[in-house]
Amino acid sequence: MPRTIAQKLWDAHVVRVAPGEPDLLYVDLHLVHEVTSPQAFEGLRLSGRHVRRPDLTLATMDHNVPTKGGIKAADDLSRRQMELLAENCKREAIPLYQIGSRHQGIVHVIGPELGLTQPGMVIVCGDSHTSTHGAFGALAFGIGTSEVELVLATQCLPQKRLGDLAVTVSGELPLGVTAKDIVLGVIGRTGISQGQGHLVEYRGSAIRALSMEGRMTVCNMSIEWGAKAGMIAPDDTTFAYLHGRPSAPKGAAWEAALDYWRSLTSDEGASFDGETSIDASQLEPHVTWGTNPGQVVPVTGRVPQPRSDTDERALKYMDLVPGTALADIAIDRVFIGSCTNARIEDLRAAASVIRGRHVHPKVRAMVVPGSMTVKRAAEDEGLDLVFKAAGFEWRNAGCSMCLGMNTDILAPGERCASTSNRNFEGRQGSGGRTHLMSPPMAAAAAVTGHVVDVRELL
Amino acid sequence: MDPVSRVTGRMAPIDRADVDTDQIIPKQFLKRIERTGYGPFLFFDWRAGGDFVLDKPEHAGASVLVTGANFGCGSSREHAPWALRDFGFKAIIAPSFADIFLANCFKTGLLAVTLPDRQVRHLIDLAAEDPAAQVTVDLETQEVRGEGFAYGFAVDPFSRECLLGGLDEIGLVEKHLSEIGAYESHRQEWLPAVK
Ligand code: SF4
Repeated sequence: MPRTIAQKLWDAHVVRVAPGEPDLLYVDLHLVHEVTSPQAFEGLRLSGRHVRRPDLTLATMDHNVPTKGGIKAADDLSRRQMELLAENCKREAIPLYQIGSRHQGIVHVIGPELGLTQPGMVIVCGDSHTSTHGAFGALAFGIGTSEVELVLATQCLPQKRLGDLAVTVSGELPLGVTAKDIVLGVIGRTGISQGQGHLVEYRGSAIRALSMEGRMTVCNMSIEWGAKAGMIAPDDTTFAYLHGRPSAPKGAAWEAALDYWRSLTSDEGASFDGETSIDASQLEPHVTWGTNPGQVVPVTGRVPQPRSDTDERALKYMDLVPGTALADIAIDRVFIGSCTNARIEDLRAAASVIRGRHVHPKVRAMVVPGSMTVKRAAEDEGLDLVFKAAGFEWRNAGCSMCLGMNTDILAPGERCASTSNRNFEGRQGSGGRTHLMSPPMAAAAAVTGHVVDVRELL
Repeated sequence: MDPVSRVTGRMAPIDRADVDTDQIIPKQFLKRIERTGYGPFLFFDWRAGGDFVLDKPEHAGASVLVTGANFGCGSSREHAPWALRDFGFKAIIAPSFADIFLANCFKTGLLAVTLPDRQVRHLIDLAAEDPAAQVTVDLETQEVRGEGFAYGFAVDPFSRECLLGGLDEIGLVEKHLSEIGAYESHRQEWLPAVK
């Protein structure tokens, strides 16, 4: 029987199958952060259990780290959470990139950049955007805290088989249109729940043409249309990205790995439960107008007429009137960051728009690199100078204003052009209003003071 | 976990689709390191206005939440079901749930039941019109019952068994340690280890 990549990976990780029970899957890499793990470690302690495979577990601090001032700048509760993670990791011998360490950063940024995220793996984390790692042809998904405890204890996870969806993105992306616009375009078409109960494979020429950074952006937002995981078949782009990274296989092991990785494509004739196609050449830069990622239109468009109660509530919350041109929406804040769009390529794309320009006087803009490694790479290229010269704040790595667990938050009523993934009510600060867009689009909004089609600035 | 089999009580309606976990429990309350104590912060921002449905006296003490499709979308935070449970809810009925939220509910012992739109609509209307109306969510017989109606629901048989038996899922997996060990002995050598 022809199989999809997801099915191949699933089959390769089944420890046990029993009728009437979920399959027991083996987990190759378990990523841990400070916010969704304390109760899991506490559960282990209370039941006298230990971590089965600390060597397959990696912890980092990202969600509530201050992006300036170090751990001392954190509020008491956040600091307690970070200290507790450090204690838990020490007790269980789990490697930890804590605040101040060279490799600290957003969990979904550091796994790939260390070469720990590889094709064919099952990767889990107590975080819904674990789908990001699927860009490498891994089966990667978010889990809850009870499941974190279960994986810490057993390195396995009982899972019911999920359905398969395919999204084919053909054609070539026009100038100024990015991976973010592909995925926002997909979500705009599917709505935010169509992926429920499914794994999705992205394929087609426009996906093949994306860099690993772009592929991660696409897979990252799979959860925003309800899919548990997104994946892309590994290819030469994937292998080139991995080659030489600290945890990538070397020498003969590299060759053996390559042989296996090349087999990770969906077989000809493998069947999917649903298929969607879009033509990349028709895509424009996208911007959300509402309070979920499916409420999105091309930047050349207008705020639509409400079609549901949800739309009406969103318009009210966002303080927008239907018919308003997107380009007429003034912006107070700009956030370039998050596991969706804070990798080196994202910073380069934003910097290329900003170079020689200045942040609009009414706008406060910040860049929060996805990891300290990204931050150093950007500084080596002088990107920090470009951002600072333009009036951007240049911060340390973390989730920051993607969810505002630290002091990087919007004030009530403030409107933000953000490269993150969720525009839910209050996500970036209670009463704050978020417009999701790509890094070049956010950069363009920073310099003009309103939502604008970045293609006018290129 | 304590066994869960049947919940009888009054309903509180949240007549909205796509309620995300950022609304159920906003991020500023994720800094706690306990599994309990989240009840006061449930729907914090929505309740700040003072007239949110959960704060209406006629819904005080409701143990069944009836709501719209795609409930619990967004963040994987298990704090969402913890907060619902702490607030007093023992069951949630909706036309559909986000995957991770649904899994988290089962681990938390919160009965999350899916019914067709039409039946959920009836329950939401009933809760609004007659807040004293009682319903029973029965995991044993797999039905939601009230005066004059009984709606059957499907549930994953394994999750049902775990809830009814109050089974410890880690303990269940640990029964298969030898199979896990056997699997580990066959993993590719080049798979990465963190150290
Ligand atoms: S950057 Fe945002 S979406 Fe990504 S892990 Fe952090 S909080 Fe979650």
